[in-house]
Amino acid sequence: MAAEHHRVGDQPWVRRLLIGTAVLVSLVLLVIPVVVIFFQALSAGWSTFTGNVLDQFTLHAIGLTLLVAALTVPLNLIFGTALAWAVTRFRFPGRKLLVTLIDIPFAVSPVIAGLLYLLLYGRNGWLGGWLATHDVQLMFAWPGIVMVTVFVTCPFVARELIPLMQQQGSEEEEAGVVLGASGWRIFRKITLPNIKWALIYGVVLTNARAVGEFGAVSVVSGNIRGETNTLPLHVELLYQDYNVVGAFASAALLATIAILTLVVKAFVEWRQSRPTILTPEKGGV
Amino acid sequence: MKQLLKGFALGAALLSAQPALAADSELLNTSYDIARELFAAYNVEFQKHWQEKTGETVNIRQSHAGSSRQAQAIIQGLKADVATFNQVTDIDILHERGQLIPENWAERLPNNSSPYYSTMAFLVRKDNPKNIQNWDDLVREDVALVMPNPKTSGNGRYTYLAALGYAQDAYGDDEAKIDQFMASMLGQVRVFDSGGRGATTTFVERGIGDVLLTFESEVLNIADRFENGEYEVVTPKVSFLAEFPVTWIDDYTRQNGTEKLAKEYLSHLYSEDSQRLLAGFNYRVHNQKVIEENADRFRELKLKSIDEIAGGWENAMSKHFSSGGKLDQLQRRR
Repeated sequence: MAAEHHRVGDQPWVRRLLIGTAVLVSLVLLVIPVVVIFFQALSAGWSTFTGNVLDQFTLHAIGLTLLVAALTVPLNLIFGTALAWAVTRFRFPGRKLLVTLIDIPFAVSPVIAGLLYLLLYGRNGWLGGWLATHDVQLMFAWPGIVMVTVFVTCPFVARELIPLMQQQGSEEEEAGVVLGASGWRIFRKITLPNIKWALIYGVVLTNARAVGEFGAVSVVSGNIRGETNTLPLHVELLYQDYNVVGAFASAALLATIAILTLVVKAFVEWRQSRPTILTPEKGGV
Repeated sequence: MKQLLKGFALGAALLSAQPALAADSELLNTSYDIARELFAAYNVEFQKHWQEKTGETVNIRQSHAGSSRQAQAIIQGLKADVATFNQVTDIDILHERGQLIPENWAERLPNNSSPYYSTMAFLVRKDNPKNIQNWDDLVREDVALVMPNPKTSGNGRYTYLAALGYAQDAYGDDEAKIDQFMASMLGQVRVFDSGGRGATTTFVERGIGDVLLTFESEVLNIADRFENGEYEVVTPKVSFLAEFPVTWIDDYTRQNGTEKLAKEYLSHLYSEDSQRLLAGFNYRVHNQKVIEENADRFRELKLKSIDEIAGGWENAMSKHFSSGGKLDQLQRRR
């Protein structure tokens, strides 16, 4: 009569019930909606779908969304790496505060983030007057969209790196210093290879969020068609217009990007899980 | 890094895929969210008109969102040349908070600077099974209503005011009876959607309610879409005059050098051809000839303005729609 026999999960019907519920819930909440997107997008036929996608405003929205992601990702890659490096490799006053501050974009609703930028850089904002006299248009133009997207996505890379770099410790880098390597060389030859997969994972997450961000972007975009309408905003516009098929065609594009992102993410996770197994107790600390 | 540059180049290439901006001048029209098709059609008409008049081409950029949000964006620096909204208060705010237009903006174009207008009407299901004819049918116990929320949408406020206008006609100075009527009507509302399009979806796609209360233009649109008579339009005998105000934005047109163009863009909305085009989108217009052409579609009714019903927008907002105002009190009475 071992105690293990009474564990809840061991009852076959409990296991089946739990697995069945999990599968059912994922189907209803996750799989079916995604399938419906593609189903709806193609409901009026393939040529209508391609017509919707090749519409000049949809094409522009795709281009703008990719541009925003292409600018946001490298910026946050550099920022996140620098921040993670700073807080895990150095001790300085305010370090803890900095680690907390990095979570602000997670804690703040994206709409609020957009409004903050508007209140700061808008015409009546603190910096708005100066910007206006120098004829710099940040809000209601693509730079504003990039700015809020950078804000909303800035924790992803740092959040991925900090725990990993903390866990890895700085012994290898210290060895590099002792052997006389330059800072850049230490980063390139020691730090970077160690954090490579976490970094890519952070980039994938940043990219996914940058492409899909709606709230913050909608506040600062100005909604000018063919100019400041990103793909998520375009979906809403088409839907408001009763162009359901068109809206779903654009949504299908976003879903495709999301699915590709998930594939990359799954691959990165798979790669990431290997090196940690190879070096379980480094240096016998 | 190489890939990154490639991605950037792709983005830039796609951005430049927009139509060549070879036009002689540009105009930015900020508009309410459901006016996309309307202005897509009008812009073609205007571009033709401007070319004939000046020999120049013009590229018209369109921005669409809820008109209160558009007003905020303009105040915060969205350099729009013209605003074509569906709420007078949203243009007033451009003067009050932004100082971007003069106070008398409404006097600068005919009909209170409202080239077209609409009113609130009912959409009922096939053959009007509940026999809805006027506002007093809406308080019946067996009738379920769908309307946008007056708290969050102009559309809902218009409907509220239209019902109030009817009650004032029916009960005169008897405040208690008016309140009773309004409370009963609000009590019959099954769904308060956050906006007009949401209410339409609730009524048409989810099949909830016996009566949809919204803009006549929206109601006629839906009836047109379902030609087999799945829905019927009921125009009440009294309703609200919902103006669709337009203005050019003095500060920005001066900066953009588009004063003449912006004024012409709006004045041309009053031309016969444009009015016919607007009527085609189910809006009521002012041109006598176009009115006669569409007499069977836009039934005659008594239209009451905001001044008649509530003594202007400012009073209406503070008395009825503010927190703890009449609307809140009436809804608590249910």
